[in-house]
Amino acid sequence: MATPRRIKITESGKVSVITFNDSKIIDESEIQEFGQELYDLVERDGRKKIVLNFANVEFLSSAALGKLIGFDKRVKQHGAELILSNIRPEIYEVFAITKLTKLFVIKDDEADALAAI
Amino acid sequence: MSDHRWSWTAVRSLPSQPDAHVPFMLEILHELKRLGWDGRDYFGVELALAESLANAIHHGNRLDESKQVHVECKASDERFWIRICDEGAGFKPLLVPDCTADENLECSGGRGLALIRAFMSHVEHNERGNCVTMEKIRSNEPFMRRNCRPCDGDDSTPK
Repeated sequence: MATPRRIKITESGKVSVITFNDSKIIDESEIQEFGQELYDLVERDGRKKIVLNFANVEFLSSAALGKLIGFDKRVKQHGAELILSNIRPEIYEVFAITKLTKLFVIKDDEADALAAI
Repeated sequence: MSDHRWSWTAVRSLPSQPDAHVPFMLEILHELKRLGWDGRDYFGVELALAESLANAIHHGNRLDESKQVHVECKASDERFWIRICDEGAGFKPLLVPDCTADENLECSGGRGLALIRAFMSHVEHNERGNCVTMEKIRSNEPFMRRNCRPCDGDDSTPK
């Protein structure tokens, strides 16, 4: 299994904690790769509990948001659970403007997310 | 507006290829940093540039390499102004579905436009719908706080 380039996976008990290798994903090819690596977590690896830690993320375009929404759909289709954490104010505002705060479960930090999942 | 003293201006034509806008976008952002832009104002322009330039290349010109995206922009330490025109047929902004409606939350389109409108001070499309003109006036407004929508600058809003 190839090591993902856009994300880093750490196991915490039965939960997979995902951090992002890039603070900004702008290039289209990187966004495609980012999406595929997320989809693989549930479709290929069969992970059931996932925390996405956004601590490193400084910029998120609507194209990357589209990948997150696609990931959320796949998570639900596979009966898995997803929680987002450590979202900076600027990124949280992007989620709030697009009302994606209604779609995703968001916790302040990784410890809160791990406790809730 | 017309007598505003701009510190930097640029005019470019970009090819309709994926990511063709990225170097110019980074150049604009570099100039804004140099002019002292930061925080929500800077982030908002960065987001609006990424969304609108990619829209022009992908949705406007549909990656047709015979077409170009024409950009004119101006910046000062107080204002940023940009006009982006593609050579496509144009679109009707009012017909773009509201991506924030509950039934559309998972839809693919409309989020870029919603973000542009939220972060820029003025956004205007021409009648044909192939040109967007945007302006950002620096406000030093803070980012929205969690569990607080919209804040409206009211510090008494519960967190």
